[in-house]
Amino acid sequence: MSDVKKIATRDSYGAALAELGAEYPQIIVLDADLSASTRTSVFKKAFPDRHINCGIAEANMAGIAAGLATTGKIPFMSSFAMFAAGRCFEQIRNSIGYPHLNVKIGATHAGVTVGEDGASHQCIEDIALMRTIPGMVIMNPSDDVEAKACVRAAVEYQGPVYMRFGRSKVPVINDRPDYHFEIGKGTIVREGKDITIVATGLCVDSAVTAGRLLAAEGIDAEIINICTIKPLDEELIIASARKTGKVLTAEEHSIIGGLGGAVCECLSEHYPVPVKRVGVPDVFGQSGTAEQLMEYYGLDGKGIYNSVKAFLQ
Amino acid sequence: MDKLTLQKKAVEVRKNILTGVYSAQAGHPGGSLSAADILTYLYFEELNTSPESTQDPDRDRFVLSKGHAAPGLYATLAVRGYFPPEEVKTLRKLGSRLQGHPSIQYLPGVDMSTGSLGQGYSAAVGMALSAKLDQKDYRTYVLLGDGEIEEGQVWEASMFAGFHKLDNLCVIVDNNNLQIDGPIDTVCSPYPIDRKFAAFNFHVINIDGNDFDQIETAFEEAKTVKGMPTAIIAHTVKGKGVSFMENKAAWHGTAPNAEQYEQAMAELTKAGEALCQM
Repeated sequence: MSDVKKIATRDSYGAALAELGAEYPQIIVLDADLSASTRTSVFKKAFPDRHINCGIAEANMAGIAAGLATTGKIPFMSSFAMFAAGRCFEQIRNSIGYPHLNVKIGATHAGVTVGEDGASHQCIEDIALMRTIPGMVIMNPSDDVEAKACVRAAVEYQGPVYMRFGRSKVPVINDRPDYHFEIGKGTIVREGKDITIVATGLCVDSAVTAGRLLAAEGIDAEIINICTIKPLDEELIIASARKTGKVLTAEEHSIIGGLGGAVCECLSEHYPVPVKRVGVPDVFGQSGTAEQLMEYYGLDGKGIYNSVKAFLQ
Repeated sequence: MDKLTLQKKAVEVRKNILTGVYSAQAGHPGGSLSAADILTYLYFEELNTSPESTQDPDRDRFVLSKGHAAPGLYATLAVRGYFPPEEVKTLRKLGSRLQGHPSIQYLPGVDMSTGSLGQGYSAAVGMALSAKLDQKDYRTYVLLGDGEIEEGQVWEASMFAGFHKLDNLCVIVDNNNLQIDGPIDTVCSPYPIDRKFAAFNFHVINIDGNDFDQIETAFEEAKTVKGMPTAIIAHTVKGKGVSFMENKAAWHGTAPNAEQYEQAMAELTKAGEALCQM
């Protein structure tokens, strides 16, 4: 598996914007002095007049995006997840969410895989924050293919959207002819009967690895990829829970309020089964390489395998 | 519209502010009354917009960034014919289009949902930027409170507007010198306001914001300015037009009781009658 193609989803974001720019002249890309990192620089190169650098002033960027949206533009406000969802929570809530404006938020460098920068830049709260905003769509793609599909879906959708991208390169796992993306629809990556693993973002690849390790021991895991965390594909998750009776969630996010929280809310109301949440426990992150941190927090294939084993005992 | 007619309209606007806040037994009369003349001038004279053109992409935009002056905006829209003046009595009531702070989801004619200070200004900058990108002629006006400019986002927006030379943007600061906790220069002074905007590359005009001649002159001057946005520092009187509310911080967010409402309406009626005899 070492020769598998790896692409960071932030690269997918920049590439998708540049591709969609010609098709949608209403797209305006905003950045806050991070265009080289968020990869909106790729869009800037293609459409310099429609790339607006707001400087290191994210709150104003969110408001400008809102104002642009009222005039029919499709603004993409781009920054690191920490500064988009974190610093601008209230701007997004009041100036974008409450008026239900057609603003797309491209949040890169989400989660612990920001790596060496450490906890100040590792946003593991963004999904929880964004989930509380009525009408907000939240997408957390698992790879390059899905990330590009998300950006297109966001453009075609009318309303506020939060998209979460990563800094580090992740394996391309959805590169197949029948791949189809739809907002609000999860996909069954592997069918199984013993336990359901609901994963999002780069944890989908980890879950697939875990599934392989478990299969070798005769444990048949069903693996679901939830890219759209809001609205959640409750039907798919409930159906799988009915089948397996046990659900483990996996995400590169705090175990509080993210995918794990969303799945627990859904199942406790509709079909209560035991749930184990795998994610960053209630702690801040720390410096390290992306790979080391995935391992440290048990978010890699081996970590999820271990959590499943412990959960099943 | 001549000055006398504007003055009469402003009296009607002030009466509707009082009626709305009295009916709601909540809301912000002080900062609505201080801005009433500016709002009246904007909707009856300055803005290229009307009750029929609330969705026209080429209309002028107005953002009430000091969203707590919603009673002032609603009263102005009512007098201008956006909805029946009777409706101001629904202010802040369950199911009303007149939410405590303006919302584009509820009321046609509102160009941006506001209420959280500092945020409407950025949205107005976005509207002005959009006009520049599309080479459209519409102008964007935004009304800020003088307490509101203590918000850091205001200066982020100012930096952007100045840098991008948004000469289609006109900022008005309702400088009534009072915020909730007292005079702005005793809470956390933003003075000198004019020099701050000038430092962010704005054309700055100081006026008496309760004087229609000066308001007119300022807006006319703003339209001639090229290559930079304009900031009109409108020196106003909080609670203007109601004697016992004038220059009192306590009337920032307090509703009058029945007796006070009657007195306020009597004063405004008298002011209106005096104008009719001119």
